[in-house]
Order: sequence, then C-alpha cells, then structure tokens
Amino acid sequence: MELISQHTKKIMEGCKDRAAAAGLRFEKETLEYIVTNRDLLELTPKLMIPTLYDYWVHDVEVLKEKGRYELYPSNPYETVINTRPAISYYNDNNPDWLNVMIFYHVLAHIDFFQNNLCFRHTWDYDFTGQALSDKRMIAQLRSENGRWVDYVIEFARGIDNLVGYHSELSRLSRPLESARARMLDYYFDHFLQNVRKVPTGTYIKEIERYNACLRQSSEHGEQAFFAEVFRKHPEFDSLYKKSLEAKAERRQDLMQFILEHSEFLAREKNRWMKPVVEVVRKTSLFFQPQIRTKIMNEGWASYWHEALFLQDDRISGHEVDFARVHAGVTAMPRVGLNPYALGMRLFHHIEELAGKGKYSIEFRRLTDRRERERYDRPHGDGRDFLFKVRENLNDFLFINTFVEQDFADRFRLFVAGRRLNQARGVWEIYVKSRSVDDYRAMLLGLLYHPPAIDIDREKTGNGSLYLVHRFEGRPLVREFIANTLLGIEFLWGRPVQLETSEAVRAEPAGPPSGLPGMHMPLSEERREKELKWQRVRYTMQDRKLTRDVL
Amino acid sequence: MPLLEDEKLVARLKAAGLTPAQEAMIRRELEAGGSHGLPAPERTDPGAGVEAFGRDLYAYHDLNVLQGLAAMQSSASANIRSLDELLGRDRLREQDGFPRKINVGRLIKPGRSGKEKVVIVPTTVEEKLLHDTSSRSEEEPSHGGSGEGEEGEVIGEQPVREEPPPGAAGPGQGEGGSHETESNAYDLGRILTEKFQLPNLKDKGKKRSLTRYTYDLTDRHRGFGQLIDKKATLRRILETNLHLGNIPDVNRIDPTRFLVAPEDKVYRVLSPEKDYESQALVFFLRDYSGSMEGPSTVLVVAQHVMIYSWLMYQYAMQVETRFILHDTQAKEVPDFYTYYNSKVAGGTQVSSAYTLVNEIVERENLRRDYNIYVFHGTDGDDWDHDGSESLPQLRRMLAYANRVGITIARHGRDEDQRTEVEKYVSGSGLLEEKAKLLRMDVMREDADEPRLIEGIRKLIAD
Repeated sequence: MELISQHTKKIMEGCKDRAAAAGLRFEKETLEYIVTNRDLLELTPKLMIPTLYDYWVHDVEVLKEKGRYELYPSNPYETVINTRPAISYYNDNNPDWLNVMIFYHVLAHIDFFQNNLCFRHTWDYDFTGQALSDKRMIAQLRSENGRWVDYVIEFARGIDNLVGYHSELSRLSRPLESARARMLDYYFDHFLQNVRKVPTGTYIKEIERYNACLRQSSEHGEQAFFAEVFRKHPEFDSLYKKSLEAKAERRQDLMQFILEHSEFLAREKNRWMKPVVEVVRKTSLFFQPQIRTKIMNEGWASYWHEALFLQDDRISGHEVDFARVHAGVTAMPRVGLNPYALGMRLFHHIEELAGKGKYSIEFRRLTDRRERERYDRPHGDGRDFLFKVRENLNDFLFINTFVEQDFADRFRLFVAGRRLNQARGVWEIYVKSRSVDDYRAMLLGLLYHPPAIDIDREKTGNGSLYLVHRFEGRPLVREFIANTLLGIEFLWGRPVQLETSEAVRAEPAGPPSGLPGMHMPLSEERREKELKWQRVRYTMQDRKLTRDVL
Repeated sequence: MPLLEDEKLVARLKAAGLTPAQEAMIRRELEAGGSHGLPAPERTDPGAGVEAFGRDLYAYHDLNVLQGLAAMQSSASANIRSLDELLGRDRLREQDGFPRKINVGRLIKPGRSGKEKVVIVPTTVEEKLLHDTSSRSEEEPSHGGSGEGEEGEVIGEQPVREEPPPGAAGPGQGEGGSHETESNAYDLGRILTEKFQLPNLKDKGKKRSLTRYTYDLTDRHRGFGQLIDKKATLRRILETNLHLGNIPDVNRIDPTRFLVAPEDKVYRVLSPEKDYESQALVFFLRDYSGSMEGPSTVLVVAQHVMIYSWLMYQYAMQVETRFILHDTQAKEVPDFYTYYNSKVAGGTQVSSAYTLVNEIVERENLRRDYNIYVFHGTDGDDWDHDGSESLPQLRRMLAYANRVGITIARHGRDEDQRTEVEKYVSGSGLLEEKAKLLRMDVMREDADEPRLIEGIRKLIAD
C-alpha cells in the first residue's frame, strides 16, 4: 500500500475545496492509498481496516451466499473507511478525470460519515488507531493463552450482531439534563407515586411546595425543596441511586450483560477474556451504522459526484466518459435494486419537492390534486432540506418517509415477483405490483435487521441466563442456534436458555366438508400456507442442546 | 439402450421366477422411459436484464462499481499452506470439546456459461442468531424493478437453478477443465486424508516401473562431463602410463611424470533413472438406471469424486481411472464429465458392469501393473435379484482387486426393506470371507457430507 502521487493528491485537494464550497462538511485531512490486488486480498477479510485484529476465520472463505449480509453489519469492499483521518483506496491506473469523480464520491461519503447522526459514536476517536492497539493486545494475549483467545473471539462474534447500537446512540444523543432535573423526575414520577403511593392531595401539595420554593429563590429553590425531601424520606437518596443503576442496566446489551455479570469471566484466570469481548463489541458497534445507511450513503455520494463533477472546470472534455461511468453506476436496473441508483433518485426527488415547499404542513393539508401539482412556494433551498435529511435519517426512515407514490410513478418503480412456470421449467419474473405501499414494504423487508434478543432478568436469577427473542414474524436460523448458544454458555459459565418462536406445520383447520365417505383432497397450496407459530425454549447445558415447547 | 433386449432379459428373468414386487419394480424402470446422454447445455442468456433478481442490496460496493476492482478472495490453492494450520486447529477444537468448524470438499460451480469447474475451498460459517429469511419461502420472493409493464406482465425468465435436471446436478465440468480438476482433486484428497484421518495406503510391495525418471549423477563419461571422478580418472591415467611404459618402477610412482590424455579424464554426468512407484487403477462404476433418479445419483457421484481425490493424493497423482456406466448393459465412458453427467434411464443389471470390468482387466492384462480398485455406486436395485449373475463376477474381481467398494444409496421408499444388492452381497458371505477386499456401505439417499466421508472411510479403511 502506498500513498497516491503528489499529482493526484493535488487533484484531491482541488476536489476538497470545491466540495466544501458546495456545502459538504468534512475534516480537511484525508489519506489516499493505491491498492493492488495483493493488498486487497489482505484488506478485504479485515473489512478494509488495515489494523484490524487477526482472526483465523479471516483466512477461510466464509460461506457467503446465504445470509452474508445478515451476518455482518459491514461491507468488506468499501472504497472509503470511516476513520480519522478518513482513508480511501484507489486503483493504480485510474485516469485523472475518473479520479475526480471518485474523489467527489469519496468526499460525499466522508461528509456522510462525519455528519449523519447514526455515526455519532464514531466521531470522537480514530478507529484504525484503536484497532491497532487492540490488535496488539490480542496478539499479546494470544502468546499467553494460545487458541483460547480465538475461542473467545469466536464466541463473542457469535453475538456481536446483538449489540445495543441504538441504546449507544441514544446515550450520546440524549439532551443534556441536569442531575437535579432527573432527581425531580424520579421524585414526582416514581417515588411519590409508586414507592410512597401518596394520595393525590399530598401529591398536589408537594407540587405546590416545589413551586413555592422556586418562587422564593429561583437559584436555591430546588436545593431547599430537596433538603426537605431528604429530611422527610431518609431512604430517598439510596433508592434514587439504585434506580439510576437499574436504568443503566436495562439498557445493557447481551455482551455488556455478560461482561458485567458472568461469574466465569470474573474469575481471576479468565479475566483476560473481558477485553477481548470488549474489542469484538466495539468493532461491531463501529460498523453498525454502515449497513443501516447503505442506500442513503451511496445515494448521497452519487448525488454529489454527479453535481460536483459537472461543475468542475478541470475535467472538460471528459463529459462523455463520465456519462458512461456514471450511468453504469446509477442506472436503474430493470430488475434488481441498486442502492446508488435508488438513493440518488430519491435525493433528487426530495430536493425538487423541498424546493417547491412540498414538505410543509400547508401542502399536506391540500386535498385538491391539481392544486397539489401546481403548488410551488419555496420555503428555502431544497438543498438545505437535503442536508437535514443527510444528518438525521437512516435507511429505514429515509425509505419509510420519502418513498411515495409520486416517486414510484416518476421512476416507474414496481415490485418484481418470481413464479415458477412448470410447463417451461423456468422462473418467470413479472410485474407484481405498482403500488408504492408494496414497494416500500418490499424495500423495508430487504433491509438489514438483526433479531431482538432481550435478557429476562427475573428468570436469569438462579444462575442460568434466560434470553427472549422478540418475535417479529421471522424465526431464527435454526441450525445456527446450537453453536451460538454454546458460545454464550462458554462466556456465561452457566446454562443458557433461549426462548423463541418456531413454525409448526398445523393440521388444516376444521374438518374438510364433503359428502360422507367422499375423499376431499385439500389443495396443496393451502396446506403449505397454514403456518402456526409456537414458542419454544432451547437450553444449552454442558454443551448439550435441548429443546422444549412452551 | 435397445428396448428389445430389455424385453428379452425380462422374459428370461420371468422364466426364472419373479415375485410380483420384483416384477413391478422392473416394470417401473422399463416404463419410465428416458434415455441416457448428456444434458443439454444450460441456457446462458436467461432473459433481458433480469439476472439481478434477488441480488442483495448490500452486494453493491464502491470498489467494484466505481473502480472495477473485483472482490478478492484468495483461492484455496493459495491458502493451502494455511490449510494445514486450519485443519490442525480444527482437530484441536474437537479435543477442547467444541464442534469442528471447517468444511471442505464443497464443490461449487462458478460461472454460468457451462464453463463450470470443480473448485475446492475450505469454508466455515460464523454462526449467529439470525432471522431466517428463507422461511418465508411459502411466499413468493419479490424484488425491485423499474420500467414499463403492466401488473402481471411477464418481463423475463430465469432458469430454475435450484432444480436442475436429474443427473446433472453437481460439478459438471466444461471443456479444458480436466487439468484443474486434477490439481484440485489432489488438494481435496490431501484435505480428506488429513482432516478426516482417512487411512494412508500401505505400500503393497508391488512395484512397477513407471515412465518417470529422476536424474542423478550416476553415469560415467570420458572426456567431459559435470563432475570429475578423481579415483576413476587416476586409475585410468595409471593404466595408460603403464601401457606406455612410462612407469619404470611400480613401487615408486612419480605422479609428476604422468602423461595425461584428455580421454583419461572420467566424469560423472546427469542421467535419467527409472523410478519405481506403486500406481493405482480405479474403476468407477455407476448405476445409471431409471431408479437412480435424483439424490441417489448425486450422492454416489459426490462420493466417487472424493474417493478419486483421495486416491489421487495417496498415489501422488499416479492414478488412472476408468469410468463405467451401467443399466442393463455396461459401457465404458471416456471421461469424468460424461460419467458424471449422463442422465439416468433404463433398467438395472449389476452383473453387466462387473463383467465389463473383468473383461477389461483381462484383456489389457492390468493386474500385473496396477493396484486395482473398484468402486460401485448404486441404489441397490437389481433385476438380478438373487445375485446369481453378479456374484460369480464379483468373485472373479476379488481375485485381483485390492479393494472393491460398493456404495448403496438407499431410496427413502425402501426404508425398512433391504435392497437386492445388499441382500445378495451379504448373503454370499463374501463380506466376511474377503473382509480385506470387499466393503459395502449402505446409506440413505439423503445422507449429508459427513456421512459420505464416513462411508468412504468404511470403504477404504484397512
């Protein structure tokens, strides 16, 4: 891996100036490397992070046909990675004009990484730097503990898709509130109502007392109020502190919970495992937003490389070359989903509508179709609106909010279905639906969505860990359950139970009506479709899996 | 297969007495029709622009889309060194009480234009708790699309890959791919031997010359060469000088007075040496009768690929193979491709294949030069239900073969009932009598890969 030449770097710097002038915000320092196929061989298993820890699975071709993208929140073949400074990778022999286009694309990605709130938790440190120190630590541990380090990595990776990414974000994006305000909330919302169970009259009196205190002194009023509370309820302070702890615990994901509560990991000789699990968790958290913003991120980058390239004065004469490459990247496929194409079109669509003020409440109130069409009351620049979208949304919100019938009609989008033509022995691809609701549902169904696994704290009481899969209409991959639970059991040190839902092939409902003695064949189709769900519980104890129906 | 001969055979069998069940089975195969022959090449153009159906949204990435850099995956052969390590690790896993994680011998077929090839990769799965998207298979899959077309209009077609025509499933291999298969097969054999601890072959002591040479400095040459042989040269010079009368006193030789002719210098030169090594000849016999349709054929051939690979490794690529297909008659086919891909049809007469093997061995006098292995894959149906024709041939075969392995992929439908071949082979007592030479493995036709390998161990273990 070597840096790009000075000549190319100069082009990049020119791109940065132009992109910044157009409103993209990114840190000025970036690193660009030339990669060869050989480099890629080493980089791709490490998800393009050159300093990621070593792990033997990286050397093996991981089965990737089915569930590849369900397994990993990261795309191993990105051109640009979200580090400080951002690192991007280039082919050796790109012509200058192509580099200009790619640079704009990369800069828009960097802008997205550094401004989209889904990436909030990655803003304050450089992942490559951290990964390097983690890699060294793991190498050190490996020299002491041998292959057991790899087992710990393996088992931790087995649950790294269940990290509490959203609670991590929520922790960072919480509005600042003073400790006093939180105490106040606890006192009035919980303590008085649930702990003391005071009658309404007393409750109102307390509110009045609070207000009176504030009136007396806006600065020390609360202090005076709580001085009285502490005097009256000496237990309040400790209860309050306990509630804070409980609240923090409720937000723990499975990995955190194991780290904190596993007796096995707490043992002196196993303590080295904790940082390993921590590394796996941090790595997973780092990649989480990437897959959740694929359509937006690529759409945003395509939108900007188009806009900025066409304005760039340095590349005149290469418009046709550009058009060819650009169309290759962003053409809507006849069948299939191209995140570049879809995202870019959606951004264009939003910009146009926002420019006409069509995202205003006023517009939403209009019911007359012609008026809606004619509506054009600029409420500012469409692009400003785009920047807000870029800052606040992820793929789910982006699609759910902005994929509308107008958008579907404009780009003639449809849901393609596939059915078997038995006579000809082929799959027929056909236009299944042009309704935007179906289209949106289809898109949302394809987005990355790991299962929600909660810890049942009450049932976890007696040593065994009790996990509950919140069922969302899709069961878990059954053949993976055994080994995953085996790993959890290892880290937890005690039996592990998992409650989930599985399909039962139900007997057809109701007796088939028909003449007595006459055979009434059920149609094959109907038999197939009668799926019933039942709750089952898997128990992993001493590396043996048992299953019982609840 | 000329039907007339089949009918004649049936008539003969009937005369010998058939139970109704046996007759029904024979009828079923006869009436199933069909013909052997290679499957038609797969369609390469599945319709305009619909290939991307089902392509994952997340499969698009910048390096490829923008810069045309393909996703890199190191090939198995590049990894073969680390493979040893991986397999060692896998063995340790078992010791530590965890299940093994590395799968090998998976045969995948990249490419869609019929240029498919056998590729062997070590694979693994990182197991996590995941949503099972395939469980929605009762629903029709749907994907995105754009452009013209009314609802319900068919806009393209895809070949049904999931349900390939019978007999064609698996590693079909295009033209010019045979070399690739060999080197890959060697690797696979190595992996199989090491990972599954398949037994190593004993040296049978039957060393036959091969047309293979190693080069060594063994031959002598006068006048010039690579390395001077001092002792021989000195002796030569002495001899010459004696003849010339240049040595007056044999007891007091003065080397400084020697006359040295160029011819006297003796050199050692590189020369080819014949090498001796055991070599193997493997007969693969496949039942391609109508009843073999579906999984039983896939199973049998998959196992044969692995056995082939294993022998390839054991004999350092010195393996010759002969492929024989049989229904009621047997024929030899020239290559693995034909062997693999020929479609199933017709009736079953196991003895035909055994007879053919015996004939070939005799005609070409193969037993002198080779370790001979015969592997036979069948579903166990045989019109010759008591083995009266097969068994004598089998006996003949056992006289020269190093190992005969019979794989029976039993159909689900004969769950409880033992198949004909199974019955008469075990009835004959040959399995005990020649336990070293004859092995039989019976599995259900839905057996998985570990079971297959277990079967191989059974067939080839000492």
